[in-house]
Amino acid sequence: MMAHGTTPGLRVTGWTELTRERRLPLKGEVLVTAGQKVDADTVVARSELPGNVQTINLAARLSLDPARVASALVHPIGTFVRKGEVVAVGKSLFGLVSQKAEAPADGTIESVSPVTGQLILRERPVPIEVTAYVHGMVASVLGGEGAVVRTAGAFVQGVFGVGGETFGPLVTAVDHPGATLEASHLTEAMRGQVVVGGAFASHATLERARAVGVAAVIVGGFDDRDLRALLGRDLGVAITGSEDLGLTLILTEGFGRLPIAARTWSLLARHAGRIASVSGATQIRAGVIRPEIVIPLEPAPEHADQGSGARGLDPGAPVRIVRDPYFGQLGTVAALPVEAREIDSGARVRVVVVRCEDGHEVTVPRANVEVLDR
Amino acid sequence: MTPAPETIGSILAIDCGSTTTKAILIERGEGGYRLAARGEAPTTVEAPFEDVTRGVLNAVRELEELAGRPLLDGERIRTPQLGNAGVDLFVCTSSAGGGLQMMVSGLVLQMTGESAQRAALGAGAIVMDVIALNDGRRPHEKIRRLRQLRPDMILLSGGTDGGDTRRVVEMAEILAAAEPKARLGAGYDLPVIFAGNRDAASLVADCLASRTALTTVANLRPTLERENLGPARDAIHELFMEHVMAHAPGYRKLMTWTPVPIMPTPGAMGLIIEQVARQENQSVVGVDIGGATTDVFSVFDGVFHRTVSANLGMSYSVSNVMAETGVANILRWVPFAVDESDLRNRIKNKMIRPTTIPQTLEDLVVEQALAREALRLAFEQHKSLATGLKGVQTERTISDVLDQSGSGATLVDLTGLALLVGSGGVLSHAPRRAQAMMMMIDAFLPEGFTELAVDSIFMAPQLGVLSTVHPTAATEVFERDCLVRLGAVLAPIGTGKAGAPCVTVELADAGGGPGLTRKVAFGAMECLPIPPAGARMTASPDRGVDLGAGRGRPIETMVRPGQVGLVIDARGRRPFALPEPDGERQARLREWNRALDLYPRDV
Repeated sequence: MMAHGTTPGLRVTGWTELTRERRLPLKGEVLVTAGQKVDADTVVARSELPGNVQTINLAARLSLDPARVASALVHPIGTFVRKGEVVAVGKSLFGLVSQKAEAPADGTIESVSPVTGQLILRERPVPIEVTAYVHGMVASVLGGEGAVVRTAGAFVQGVFGVGGETFGPLVTAVDHPGATLEASHLTEAMRGQVVVGGAFASHATLERARAVGVAAVIVGGFDDRDLRALLGRDLGVAITGSEDLGLTLILTEGFGRLPIAARTWSLLARHAGRIASVSGATQIRAGVIRPEIVIPLEPAPEHADQGSGARGLDPGAPVRIVRDPYFGQLGTVAALPVEAREIDSGARVRVVVVRCEDGHEVTVPRANVEVLDR
Repeated sequence: MTPAPETIGSILAIDCGSTTTKAILIERGEGGYRLAARGEAPTTVEAPFEDVTRGVLNAVRELEELAGRPLLDGERIRTPQLGNAGVDLFVCTSSAGGGLQMMVSGLVLQMTGESAQRAALGAGAIVMDVIALNDGRRPHEKIRRLRQLRPDMILLSGGTDGGDTRRVVEMAEILAAAEPKARLGAGYDLPVIFAGNRDAASLVADCLASRTALTTVANLRPTLERENLGPARDAIHELFMEHVMAHAPGYRKLMTWTPVPIMPTPGAMGLIIEQVARQENQSVVGVDIGGATTDVFSVFDGVFHRTVSANLGMSYSVSNVMAETGVANILRWVPFAVDESDLRNRIKNKMIRPTTIPQTLEDLVVEQALAREALRLAFEQHKSLATGLKGVQTERTISDVLDQSGSGATLVDLTGLALLVGSGGVLSHAPRRAQAMMMMIDAFLPEGFTELAVDSIFMAPQLGVLSTVHPTAATEVFERDCLVRLGAVLAPIGTGKAGAPCVTVELADAGGGPGLTRKVAFGAMECLPIPPAGARMTASPDRGVDLGAGRGRPIETMVRPGQVGLVIDARGRRPFALPEPDGERQARLREWNRALDLYPRDV
C-alpha cells in the first residue's frame, strides 16, 4: 500500500451526495421538518444570544456598603429599564443628599451583588439564525439545535479560503484558467454572484469585487501580501471563516500565481449560471476543514463526472505537485522507485516520477504530490 | 493491564504528532533492548480519514514491512507477542488535537495576571488574552472580549490568600455575565479553573459553578512574594487531556488500544530530558520543534522547566513564525537574495500543505532559516518564563515584585549549559548533521563550552512514555539508538573586530594520536574533527575574552567524539550580531557554511 506516503488530494467531482450539519451555537428553535425541501437561504433554526452586559458599580456610585445596594434599587430584579432611567437611589448625610444611578442602556436588571455592589444590566437578546446554506432536503432534525441538510451536485474543495458562507449564481469572469482576474472584469451585474477568476487576483481586484457586492471570488492563487492587506494582519495559523470581509475568497491551488486546475475550471465553467453555495472556512489542524463550492444539481446529470475518488499513489494516478520547483504542475505518476533517492536538498527520500502535462518527466519527493480525483 | 517488565520482549511505541505519526519497534536481544525498526505515516486528521488511528495503522504497516513480521490483526495491534507475531507492549504519545487556547485573568495585570499567564503557558496553552481589573478596559469591554474569543479553558486567579475577596468576586461576576462558550461546540460547559484567594473560593463558586465546569485549586499567588503554579498547571493539564485532546478525531479509540495512559508528547519528551540531566548531573536544554508547536525543556541546578510555544512550528504554525519574527529576521540567515513576496507565498503554501518537504537546496536553506527563528523565539519565551521559580514554589523579594519588568532573573544560564539536545523533523531529519548543529547554535547562541546532540530518529517522546513502565528498555534504547552526539561548540563571550585574535584551541587526542592547535579570529567559525577516543581541549582566550571561566582565563575539558566535531564559534557574544550590509552578511554566511561543510554546494 503506497497511499499512506502522500497527502490526500482535494475533492473535485461532478456529482456527489453531501450532507451538511446546520447547528446553532446554543439551543433554540428548529423551523424545518425532516423531508422538507430547503433553499440556501431557508432559515432552519433560530435562537437568541443573551444580550450584551453593562455593569454599574452601585456601591461606589451611591457611596453605599455593597450589602445595602439591593435595598437602593428602584425596580426589582428582572425589570426592563430604558436607557437613562434611574435604577437605584442612595441617600447619604442623614438623608439630605440623594445620589442616583441611571441605566447606561436599555436592558433588564439581571442581578445585584452583595459582595461587590455591582449591578448587572443585560441588554436585549441578539437573534441568531442558521440557514440551510445549500439547496436540498432536510435529512434529519437535531432536536433544538438545527438540522442536517442533504444535497447532491458538483463539489469542489479549495485549498484555502477566507470569509464565511454565502451563495449566488456562478459566473466565469475570465476566458481561461490561467488568466488574471482584473478589476475591469467585475461588472455591476456580478453583484451577489460567485465569480470564477483565473490564476490570480490582486487586492485591488478584491476591493473592486467588494465594492460591486460580489458574493465570492474563486481563483487559483493569491499573494500573501494581498492577504495581509485584505485581513489587516498577518495570518499566523490557518483557521479562517469568521472574518467579516464583505465577500468570500477561495483559492483552489495555493499562494502565488497558479492557474486553476483544468478539471476544476471546466467543472465550474460548465455550471455557470447555477446557484453555488460556497464557504471560505479553512482549518488546517485537527478536524481539518477546507473551503468548498457546492453546486446542487437536480436531477443527476446524465453523464455526471463522478470521479472515483482519490485513490493511492499508483502508476497512472493523476497528481498535482505541491512544492517548488514544480509547484502547481499537474501530471500522472510515471514510476514509483522503491529505493529512497537523494534529492537536490541532499536528503534521501522516497520519490515519485511524474509525467507532467507537457510530456516531460520530473522526480519529486512523494510527500510533495497530491493525488487527484480521477 | 500493563505486563510485568521482565515478560516484555517487544515494544511498539508510537507518537502521533500533528503532522507525522512515528512508530518504533523495540526488541530484546542478547545485549538488551534495541531499536528494531521504525516507520512513519502522515497523521490522519485530514479528510477523508479524520481518524488519528488510520495514521497509526499506516505507520505500523510500514513497520511490519520493514521488520518482516506481522504486528496487526486486522485493525488491531496484536498483544502479547505470540511466536513471530505481535508485540508485548504498546505505548503511545500524542500531540494531535491542535493547541490549547486559554484566557487567563488576574486582578493586577503585572502580578496575578502575569502569574496566571505563566501557569497557562507553562502548561502548554496559547494565551489568547489576559484580563485584569487594571487592564484599561471597561467591564462591558472585557465581557465582550470573553464572549468573542471562545477559549478552550479559562484560568481565573487573583488576590492573595486572606486578602480582600470583593475584587476577586468582581472578576468572577464579569466572567459569569459573559457566559463564555467552549470553542469546541455547545456539547459541554466551559472548563474554568479558579486559582486565586482561597477565601473567595466559595463566593466564586456561587457565581460560576452553575454556569461553567468549575475546578478550584490552590492559589497560584498565595502571598505577594510567593508563586505556586504547580496545582494550576496540573489542573490545566488534566482538563486539556479530558476536553481538548479527546476531541482529536479517533483519539478515544486509540485510548482503548494501550494499557498505559496516552501521554502528551511534550510531557514524555520532558521525562527523557530530566533523566539525561539527572544521570550526568549537568544542566541540559532540550528542544522539540514540531509542526504546530515548539517545546523547550531545561534543567538548571536540578530544577526542571518546560514551556510550550503553541504557535511556533514548521508546518501548521510556520506562517506564525513569520508573523512573529518578521521577514527580515528570517532572511538574515539566508546567503542569497529572496524576493519578500515569493518568501511569503512559499511560507503560506507550506502552511496549507503542511506535509510537504523542501526539494531544492535553496528551499531547504529557507526552511532552516525559519527553523532558526522558531527555535530562537521559543527559547526567548522559555527564558522569560523559567524565572525565579524554585521547584513548585518560588520566593521573590518584594523588590522583584515591585520591579514590574523583571519578574525575577531567568534561571537559564547559557555559560553553565552543558548539553543542548534537539528533536523534531527539521533537526532530526536534516540531510546533514552539521545543519542541525548550526541551526541550534544560531538559535540558542550557547556561550563558552557546550555539547550538542540530536534525537537521531525522532523517538525521545516514545522513550519518555516507555520509561514510565519500563525504564531499563527506555534507557538502553535511548543511549544506543536514539541520542546522536554531534560534538561541541566553543563560543567565546565578547566582541572584537573581524580578524582580531579571539581564542587559541589545542586538542590532544585521548587515544594518543597527533594533536592540533588552532588560532581562531573574531568573525570566524571553524570545525575541528574529534578523534574517536575523544580529546582533551585546552582553550586560551585573548585579552578581554571570556570562555565561561572569566575574562582571559583558559579552560580545559574533555571533548567527547561527535558526528560533526568541535565547532569554534568566534562570531562574538553579548551581543551577537550578523554583519551588515546584505552583501557582506551573505558572504560571511557562505564562509561559515563552508567551514562547517553545511551544504553539498554553495548557495
